[in-house]
Amino acid sequence: MSNTTTAHHDDHHGEHPTGLARWVFSTNHKEIGTLYLVFSLAMFLVGGAMALVIRAELFAPGLQLVNPEFFNQMTTMHALVMIFGAVMPAFVGLANWMVPMMIGAPDMALPRMNNWSFWILPFAFTMLLATLFMPSGAPAAGWTLYPPLSLQGGNSLAFVILAIHLMGISSIMGAINIIATILNMRAPGMTLLRMPLFVWTWLITAFLLIAVMPVLAGAVTMLLTDRFFGTSFFNAAGGGDPVLYQHIFWFFGHPEVYILILPAFGIVSEIIPTFSRKPLFGYTSMVYATASIAFLSFIVWAHHMFTVGMPLGAMLFFMYATMVIAVPTGVKIFNWIATMWRGSMTFETPMLFALGFVVLFTIGGLSGVMLAIVPANFQYHDTYFVVAHFHYVLVTGAVFAIMAAVYYWLPKWTGHMYDEKLGKIHFWWSTIWVNVLFFPQHYLGLAGMPRRIPDYAVQFTEFNMISSIGGFMYGFGQLLFVYIIWKCVRGGEKATAQVWEGARGLEWTVPSPAPLHTFDTPPLVEDNVAVHRDRLT
Amino acid sequence: MGQSSYFVPATAKWPIVGTVGMFIMMIGAANWLNAGPTGPWLFAIGGAIVIAMVFGWFGDVIRESRANLYNSAVDASFRQGMIWFIFSEVMFFAAFFGALFYARILAVPWLGGEGTGAMTHELLWPGFEAAWPTHGPAELGGDFQTIPGFGLPLINTLILLTSGVTLTIAHWALKKEQRGPLVFWMFVTILLACLFLSIQSYEYVHAYRDLGLTLGSGIYGSTFFMLTGFHGVHVVIGTIMLIVIAIRCMMGHFSKKNHFGWEAAAWYWHFVDVVWLGLFIFVYVV
Ligand code: HEM
Ligand SMILES: [Cu+2]
Repeated sequence: MSNTTTAHHDDHHGEHPTGLARWVFSTNHKEIGTLYLVFSLAMFLVGGAMALVIRAELFAPGLQLVNPEFFNQMTTMHALVMIFGAVMPAFVGLANWMVPMMIGAPDMALPRMNNWSFWILPFAFTMLLATLFMPSGAPAAGWTLYPPLSLQGGNSLAFVILAIHLMGISSIMGAINIIATILNMRAPGMTLLRMPLFVWTWLITAFLLIAVMPVLAGAVTMLLTDRFFGTSFFNAAGGGDPVLYQHIFWFFGHPEVYILILPAFGIVSEIIPTFSRKPLFGYTSMVYATASIAFLSFIVWAHHMFTVGMPLGAMLFFMYATMVIAVPTGVKIFNWIATMWRGSMTFETPMLFALGFVVLFTIGGLSGVMLAIVPANFQYHDTYFVVAHFHYVLVTGAVFAIMAAVYYWLPKWTGHMYDEKLGKIHFWWSTIWVNVLFFPQHYLGLAGMPRRIPDYAVQFTEFNMISSIGGFMYGFGQLLFVYIIWKCVRGGEKATAQVWEGARGLEWTVPSPAPLHTFDTPPLVEDNVAVHRDRLT
Repeated sequence: MGQSSYFVPATAKWPIVGTVGMFIMMIGAANWLNAGPTGPWLFAIGGAIVIAMVFGWFGDVIRESRANLYNSAVDASFRQGMIWFIFSEVMFFAAFFGALFYARILAVPWLGGEGTGAMTHELLWPGFEAAWPTHGPAELGGDFQTIPGFGLPLINTLILLTSGVTLTIAHWALKKEQRGPLVFWMFVTILLACLFLSIQSYEYVHAYRDLGLTLGSGIYGSTFFMLTGFHGVHVVIGTIMLIVIAIRCMMGHFSKKNHFGWEAAAWYWHFVDVVWLGLFIFVYVV
């Protein structure tokens, strides 16, 4: 990298616009990052409200609050909103804010396209959420949209599929931008193996996104033509096969779950060294572990469909391949623990969330390994055990990491310290209730309660009640998170540039709040600021 | 590439135009599919907005590029962008090729009774014999014939391959800054592209009218038209790119060193070409 990434901001056409125009026309990575994060928070609340509808209905056996059709719409929409509206945009928002600052770049590589990637999202979600108000209702066949069921719904199918296309376009452009930024805009001296792990995990995530979002687009396009243009991709009468959809969907779907977790690994790998005041243990092995997980994620998809009737050889292959993922994942968990080993640790809110992540994500990983065992999977598949599994990895995994990241970088964004006391309360409140919410679901699943069902046998009542109470407590607790952010934006103790005593890396060398343009002249990356390592080899 | 600094535009007005256009288009498409009366209109309006956006946006970029606002780092970012965009397109086609392979190697043989435990054959269609091409045990879409690979498709293959060569000759001319030959070979390439599209359209009409082969002809018709159809759409896009680039060549836009716009279109064209080779082999021949 030469000095070619010195920035020239084309500001001479006038003042920086203010008001709404500032946000609609922005090309600035920090503003666009903020837009992503705010959008994500809004979707988190919308999706959360849907989850509370689900938990309210499941508080007791029998049908009481909503009709089954609407219940199914809630499970479907909850998942779509949370995955594509809350978690993915949150990570992209964090990447927007932090990647250029972490690698010493003036902005994202393709600033106009950056604006486009974001602004597609509110429109796509308007389209998706609008289906709730249509006479035939929102999609109700589950977020996976399996045919033939999904093809038998009402008018919503076309809207969902086209909304998914829009989201896909947004994600692909976002990912292209992140890759171009990382590969092309690094400051002199910021070699690949000096990049912070958050940057590394995002580089690999962006690759996954570009590889699999188009596959999802292909899958749903075939749904569309099967429904409206008489094709028979998923229709056995015409020589097609509904299972074909599942293969294509999960070829996207499994890498997708890693898209939802790899940036979280990156975040935790930033936070733990800071609050342990030690360099990250096994930096290089972290990079290789991330890459291995990404590679393996392409060859395990059929563990979502063991019960469709696959040849034995295929089942064995997918079982063992899935279990192999536990190895690089274990490397990561080992490294995080080893980083803390004999560190002088403190437990500010970001660290608490990161620690919560390490423990609780591991529980989700372990239930994943249980699910990967073919004969056991025949029992657990499509039960609440699966629901418990993916909520441990997604809520206490991805969402906890996002919250850790917000607390960690909020002082850098706003220039103020957040309210530490409230932050700790938020952490403990969330951690306690999220376990009350999801842990009993393991037992429900093992006892045979199916997922996506509005009613259940009375023997499941107690655990469902506990789970619902946990759900409401956890859910309303998140309003505290919103309040803490609001309060921090409005004011608070002034943050220093470094913010955290043990923080390393370029983002902590710029003032807090970070000025609109950082690193217009690229910094020279010295060994010890580059990554959480004291000495580079 | 005079500038030494990275160009970051102050604002961007085209993305939101594009977003609104796409939004109207998608709403229109969904309404249209659900037989809503406003669908086609909304779709057309949205489409027009998107087209205006493309012209406006690229126009800005071309102006900035010609005003020498881009340095080599910006150029490298554009290259990255184009490479990964093409990669995403490859994966999009991969989904449809995957469907084709799955149907031919697994689904259809299982329907014919192969493998253990695939009960569809025994219980639903015991008389069905696996074969390719097929429109499935229910014989959806009625009798049909296929298009033999070594007729027009072979000619089309040769046309596309030739167009790749003529495009490369044009590139040589560009690198020698010989505008006459450059424009000439661009035109030959565009002519070949149009020829390909004409033959492809003729083939579609022939299939629908004479051969009974339609989108509804079971899994064969589905995979055939989906793969060739999406490829055709990409050829149309590629052809439009080539036409725009040819006009820019005539206007003297590209220099020996600075012609990434040209190269991007060429990369896209070669990608379309390679996809066709896959299609020719797996859809028409094998
Ligand atoms: C050691 C790592 C993991 C293993 C071995 C694993 C294994 C599995 C298996 C076998 C299933 C299928 C269960 C069934 O439907 O019968 C499953 C479902 C699921 N997993 Fe994981 N998993 C792992 C990590 C993750 C991570 C990191 C995420 C996301 C952050 C995740 C998200 C999901 C989701 C969303 C589903 C359910 C999809 C659905 O049917 O709607 N998993 N997992
Ligand atoms: Cu999976």
